Amino acid sequence: MSGQSHRLPSGGRIDRSKTVRFSFDGRSYEGHPGDTLASGLIANGVHLTGRSFKYHRPRGITTSGSEEPNALVTTGEGGRTEPNVPATMVELHDGLVARSQNRWPSLSFDLMAVNSLLKPFFPAGFYYKTFMWPRSFWYRLYEPAIRRAAGLGTIADQPDPDVYEHSYAHCDVLVVGAGPAGLMAAQAAARAGARVVLADERAVPGGHLAGEAIEVDGRDSAAWAQGICDELDGLENVQMLLRTSVFGRYDGLTFGAVERVGDHLGNDSSGDLRQRRWTIQTRQFVCATGAIERPLVFGDNDRPGIMLAGSARHYVNQYGVLPGRKVVVATNNDDSYLTARDLARAGADVTLIDSRREKDVTGHALLPGETEVRYGQCVTQTCGKLHVSSARLADISEPDHIRSELPCDLICTSGGWNPTIHLLSHCGARPKWDSAISAFAMAKVENGVHMVGGAAGTFELQKCLQEGVAAGVAAASACSRKARKPAAPKTEKLPEYRIQPLWRLPDTISKASASFVDFQNDVTIADLELADREGFGHAEHAKRYTTLGMATDQGKLSNVNAIGVLSELRGTPIAETGTTTYRPLYTPAALGTLAGQRQGAEFRATRHSAMHQWHEKNGAVFTEAGLWLRPYYYPREGEDFAAAVKREVLNARSAVGMVDVSTLGKIELKGPDSGQFLDRLYINSFSKMKTGRARYGVMLREDGMVFDDGTVTRLADDHYFITVTTANASGVMQHMEFCHQVHWPDLDVQFCSVTEVWAAMAVAGPKARDVLSRVVDGIDLSNEAFPLQSVADARIGDAFVRVLRISFSGELAYEIYTPADCGLGVWEAIMEAGAEDGISAYGTEAMTVMRTEKGHVAGPELDGRTTADDLGLGRMMSQRKDYIGRWLSQRSGLTGAGRSQLVGLKPITNSDTFRMGAHLVTEPGTIGPDVSQGHVTTSVYSPACDHFIGLALLQDGRSRTGERVYVASPLHNEQVEAEVTGPVFVDPDGERMRG
Amino acid sequence: MRYSLSAIIRNAATGHKHWPKVWKNPEPKQSYDVIIVGGGGHGLATAYYLARNHGITNVAVLEKGYLGNGNIGRNTTIVRSNYLCSENSQFYEHSLKLWESLSADLNYNVMLSQRGALNIFHTPAQRDAAIRRGNAFSLNGIDSVLVTREEVKKLAPLVDCSPSARFPVLGGLLQPRGGSVRHDAVAWGFARAADRRGVDIIQNCEVTGFQIEKGRVRGVETSRGPISASKVGIVVAGRSTLVAQMAGLRLPIESHVLQCFVTEPVKPVLDTVVMFAAAHFSIVQSDKGGLVFNGDLDGYNSYAQRGNMPVMTGVAESAVSFMPRLSRLRLLRHWGGINDMTPDGSPFITRTPVKGLFFNGGWCYGGFKGTPASGWTFAHLIANDEPHPFASGYTLSRFETGRVINENGAGPQPGRH
Repeated sequence: MSGQSHRLPSGGRIDRSKTVRFSFDGRSYEGHPGDTLASGLIANGVHLTGRSFKYHRPRGITTSGSEEPNALVTTGEGGRTEPNVPATMVELHDGLVARSQNRWPSLSFDLMAVNSLLKPFFPAGFYYKTFMWPRSFWYRLYEPAIRRAAGLGTIADQPDPDVYEHSYAHCDVLVVGAGPAGLMAAQAAARAGARVVLADERAVPGGHLAGEAIEVDGRDSAAWAQGICDELDGLENVQMLLRTSVFGRYDGLTFGAVERVGDHLGNDSSGDLRQRRWTIQTRQFVCATGAIERPLVFGDNDRPGIMLAGSARHYVNQYGVLPGRKVVVATNNDDSYLTARDLARAGADVTLIDSRREKDVTGHALLPGETEVRYGQCVTQTCGKLHVSSARLADISEPDHIRSELPCDLICTSGGWNPTIHLLSHCGARPKWDSAISAFAMAKVENGVHMVGGAAGTFELQKCLQEGVAAGVAAASACSRKARKPAAPKTEKLPEYRIQPLWRLPDTISKASASFVDFQNDVTIADLELADREGFGHAEHAKRYTTLGMATDQGKLSNVNAIGVLSELRGTPIAETGTTTYRPLYTPAALGTLAGQRQGAEFRATRHSAMHQWHEKNGAVFTEAGLWLRPYYYPREGEDFAAAVKREVLNARSAVGMVDVSTLGKIELKGPDSGQFLDRLYINSFSKMKTGRARYGVMLREDGMVFDDGTVTRLADDHYFITVTTANASGVMQHMEFCHQVHWPDLDVQFCSVTEVWAAMAVAGPKARDVLSRVVDGIDLSNEAFPLQSVADARIGDAFVRVLRISFSGELAYEIYTPADCGLGVWEAIMEAGAEDGISAYGTEAMTVMRTEKGHVAGPELDGRTTADDLGLGRMMSQRKDYIGRWLSQRSGLTGAGRSQLVGLKPITNSDTFRMGAHLVTEPGTIGPDVSQGHVTTSVYSPACDHFIGLALLQDGRSRTGERVYVASPLHNEQVEAEVTGPVFVDPDGERMRG
Repeated sequence: MRYSLSAIIRNAATGHKHWPKVWKNPEPKQSYDVIIVGGGGHGLATAYYLARNHGITNVAVLEKGYLGNGNIGRNTTIVRSNYLCSENSQFYEHSLKLWESLSADLNYNVMLSQRGALNIFHTPAQRDAAIRRGNAFSLNGIDSVLVTREEVKKLAPLVDCSPSARFPVLGGLLQPRGGSVRHDAVAWGFARAADRRGVDIIQNCEVTGFQIEKGRVRGVETSRGPISASKVGIVVAGRSTLVAQMAGLRLPIESHVLQCFVTEPVKPVLDTVVMFAAAHFSIVQSDKGGLVFNGDLDGYNSYAQRGNMPVMTGVAESAVSFMPRLSRLRLLRHWGGINDMTPDGSPFITRTPVKGLFFNGGWCYGGFKGTPASGWTFAHLIANDEPHPFASGYTLSRFETGRVINENGAGPQPGRH
C-alpha cells in the first residue's frame, strides 16, 4: 500500500493482487487494475487535478463518470497526446502518463489565477462591452491576448500512430446502459430470442450498482450485475459493447457509438486498433442511461475536495478509496444518505447537512447511530486553498447568518438527480418538468423507443428492475419475438427518493464568494443574475451569453441548476423557463475515431488506369483528375516541364504519339429507345446516326448551360456507347438516371457505367494509321474504308479492341478501347509496333496544347456558366427536336449582347506569355466591377505557332477579332498586350484529321 | 447606457447591478410603418439600418421564438468577401467594410477577427481556377494574395503540406481581411442598437398570416393578434418558403440542412480560416479554442435543424486527412442550420408580386458574412421601394431572363451549390 494514503485496507472491486504504475505531472504513483486515473489519484491523496477555464481556479475530481467537468487532464505523449480527458474515464494501466493543463508554471502555483482577482471586470459577456477603445488595440492587443488564453489542453505535435475502424451493427433491440434496468431489458429481450446490442460507456457492467454496497437477488449488486452480463455474453443473439459510449441518436433509430478497444491496454506499438466507431441500426431502442447527479450551488462550491455525493460512495464501493476522512454531506434529497452510510462504514467521520425538515426525510433509517444529521441547514460557503478545509453552515431560513464552521476534507454535495435523457432528445423531442423528482424528464416517447430506470425518472431500484423487464419484453414482442414475462429479482428495500429543490442561496451569500453553476467555464450565480438583468434570461440566451453548458461536459452538471436559478430570478415557473437543446455528442469523440479507416492515404480512392505501371516505369509525372492519376508529362533526362511537353506535341504532330484516355467516363446504353433518349439529352441528334458511326455531342443542363461533351458511338440499332468528361463522369450518370426515372420512365432504355471496364488510348499523328495497320487485325484502316467518325471491332493480338476514328488533337487519330485487363498489353503492342515510326507517349498537358491549338473546348471552358453558343457550338443546337435545356437556353440573358464568347488570344510580342486565370481588360490599372471583360481559360505555348496562345471567354468576343486587349494577372503583377483571334490556330479546315 | 471604459469601471465597482436591459421587450403596438418578420441577424440588421440610414424608427421586428435563434447562431462565423461574380463581390465587399466598423458603429464588440481566409488548392487545374478568382477579386478592389505551399505552411502549420498527403497542397489563395466574428454578438449588437433607436423587438410573436388587399400588404396576423403595416419585409432564413407561402408566394428555394461541428477547446493551433478545394470543408478556431468545421449539405431537403452521421463522418475524414494532428482531438457537438438554397447560389433582396411586401432570403452559404450588407440594402429597398445598387441583381425575376448570378457554376439544382 506504499503511498496509497487514501486506499481502504479492504473492499472495492479492484484487483489488489497486481500493482500498476502511472504518473501525473511527472510524479510516479501506484494503483491497481480496475482503478481509473481518478480513483488512482484519490488513493494517493492527490485532489488538485486541474484549473478552470476562465479564472484558473484550482479544481479537483468532482464525479466518477463521463460528466466530469473539472478533472480534465492530458494523457499520452507525442502523437498519442490527448487533451481534455476526464480522469474519471481513464482506466489505469502500467505506464499511463497524465498531465494537468491550463496552468502556468505549475498546477499548484498558477500565475494565471490572477484572472480571479480581476473578476469584477470579467463578468459574463464582458467582452461585448469592452475592448473597443482604441479601435486598433482590438486586433493588435486584446484579441491576441484572448486567443492565447483560450482552450484547455494542447493537441499532439505529431500525427497519431494508432488505427481506427468503423463497424456496423443491426439489431432488434438496442439497450443503452448496462445498469439494473438496462441489464433486465437486455436479458428479457435476449431470452425471447431478439437480436440485442447492449452498450455501456463504462468498463464494468452494473451502472451505478457497480458503485453501491447493496444487495440484488441476495447478492452483492456488482456481482449480480456481472452475473447477468456473463449470461448475456454467452448468448449468440447478444452483442455486449462495454467501454462503448453511444454518443448520438439520429433519424430512423440510427445510433453512433465509440468503443474504446485499446485505450486501457496501454499499447504503444504503431498500428494497433485504438477505437472503433459503431453505427447501430435498431428496430427498438431501450434507453437505460440512468441519471446524473447535480451539485448544490453555494459559495466557493468548486474547491478540490468537493464532490458529488453519489460519486463519493462510488469511489468507496467500487475502488476501495476514501476521498476524505472528515466529511460533510450536503444534500436536499434522500439518496445522499447512502453516501453518508457508506462513508461512515468506511471509517469516515460524517456530518450530514440536509436542507429539508426532518419530517420530509426518509433516508435517516440508513444511518449508523453515531452519524450527526442537521436538518434545515445548508452549506453556505467553504474555505481552503488548494483543498477544501472547512464548510460554513447556516439555517436555511437564515442563510446569511453563519451558525457554525465545520472542518472537513471532503464535502459531498447533491442537489438531486437528473434523468439522462440526451438520447431521447437528440431527434428533437423536448423534455417536460417533473415536479415529483424536481427534474426534466420525457413525458412520452416515440414508437419503438422505451425508457426505463433512472432515464425515465424512476429512482427506486426495485421499480427500475421491473421496468427493465417490461421494456425488454415489449421491445422483443414488437420484433415478433414471443416472450414470457420473467419476474424481476428482488432487492434490498431502500428508502423512498424525495427531494426539495434548492437552486441557490439568497443574494447576500453569493456576493461574498463565487457560487459556481458551471464549473469548467466559471459561470456563477452572479453571471446568471447579470444575464437576466440585461435581458438574456431565456435559457438559450443565458447559455450563449454566459457560456454556461458549453464546456466539454456540455452542461451535464450545470444546465438544470441554471434553469432553476433563472426561473427564480425571472419569477417564472421552471416549466416555462425552457431548456437548451440536447445535441450530439453525448460524450465527445475523437476525430480520428469518427473518420475510421478513411483517412490519410485512404481518405479518398486513388484511381489508376490499366496502363498505370507503364506510365510509372516511363517516368510520368502525374496529375489528378476526378480521383484518377493521369500522366501529366513524361520528362526525359534533362528535360523540364516545357521541354517535355514541347517534344511530346511535336512528335505527335510530326510522327505519332499515344495518350491514355482510360479515365473518360463511359456509359453503355441498350434498348429500342436508346437513340431517342440520347436525342433528348444532347443538343444534336443521334437516333438517325448510322450504326458504326461516332460523333461529338454536347449536353446542356436544364438551365441551358453546357453540362458536358463527349463522343456518342452507335454499335447497333439499339446499342450506343458514350464517353463523358473525366471529372463529370458520375454527374452525367446521375443526370441520365434522373431524366430516365423522373422525366421519361416510358422510354425503353437501360444504361450502365462502364468506365472501369474499358481501357482506352488515343493514337494520334500522321503515322497513326501506319502504326495501327501493323497491329490491328480485322479492319481495313484506309481512309476510304474507315473514314473519320468510323467505328469497328477488331483485335490486337489476342485482345478484343474497338477502334473509333475521331480526333481531339486535330491529327489523324484513332481511339482504341479494349477490356481493362487487356489495356497494358494493347498499349505495349502499339508502342512496339510504333517504335520504327518514333511513337512516344504524351501526357495530358500535351493533349491540352494540341486541343488548344485546334480551339477545342474542355473543362476550363465548360465551367457551368457557358452556353453552347458562347463556345461557338451554337450551330449544333438542333431546331428540329426538344432536348434538355433547349427552352431555357433561349432566354434573353443567354442569347443577348454581352455574353462572353470563346475567342483565341495571341501576344502582340511573340515572346510574351500569359497565364490561365488572367483577365482581359481594356484599360490597364483600373479597378471596379466592370473592368474585367473576360478571362483566359487556357493558355499554352504552341510549338506550331512558336509563341503562347490562349483561349478566352471575352464579352461579345466573336465580334472583336483583331482587337487589342490587355491580359492582366494582378495577382502576379503581370500584364501583356494581346490580339483577339479566332479560337483555331492549327489546321482550321481539318485536313490533317481527315487525311 | 453607452458602453465605455468608465461605464465598465463604474459597474465593476457596484457589482454590475446597474446594467440595463440590452433590449426592451415591448408589447406589440397595433400598427407600425414597417414590420420585419424574423428576429435573426438579417432582420435585426434591417431594422437597425432602417432607423440609422433612413430615419424610419416606427418599426417592429417580430420573432417567433427567442431573438437570434436561427442561422445567426448556427453558422461557422466566417466572414470574407472573395466572390467571383461582380454582383456578389461588390455586395460582400460592402458587407466586409461594414463588419470592419461594426463594433464601433453599434457600440457593441462583435469581436471581428481578421486573421485571413485561405483557400487551399491541390492540382494545377484548381490553381488556375484560383488564379481566375484571385484576379477577379483584385480587379474588383478586394484584397487577394496567391501563396505558395511554403507560405501555406507558415500560415497554417497544422495543415499537412507533405507530398505524401492524399491531396498534396500546391498553394493557396488568401484574403488577408477575411476572418471570423462572434456570431451571437451580431444579433445582440444589432438588436441593442435598433432598440436604442426606437425599434420594437418583439419575441415570442409568430406571424401566422398576411393581410393582403387588392394585391397590397396591409399587415400581418400573429400569435399575439393582428398588426398592421403598409410595408412588410420577410427575412426568415430556413423558413422562407413556408412563410412566403402564407402570402401566396412560391419561391425558387429549397431548404437543406448544413451542419456545423465544434471540437473541445484547445490552445491555439490555427490562426486563419482555411478552406480546402479537395473537399467541401472549412475550419476556423474560435477565440474560445474550439475548432469549428463546416461540411457539405446533408443531401436531402429538410426543415429539421439536425444533421446526420454520414456528413459528420465526411467532415472527420477531411479534418484528420488534411490536419493529421487533430486525430485525438474530440468533437464536442454538432448541429444543423437550414440553408435556403437557390438555383444559382445567390440570394434574393427583392420586391415581390405583392405590393409593399419585400423578401430577403435564399442565402445559401453566404448568409452570415452578408448580414450587415443584407440589412443595409434591404432597408434601402424597403425605405425607397428601389433596390440598392449593390443588391440590384438579387431579384426573383433573374431566372426568367437567365441573368443569373452563378458563383460556382453549379447547375440549377439548388442542392448542388
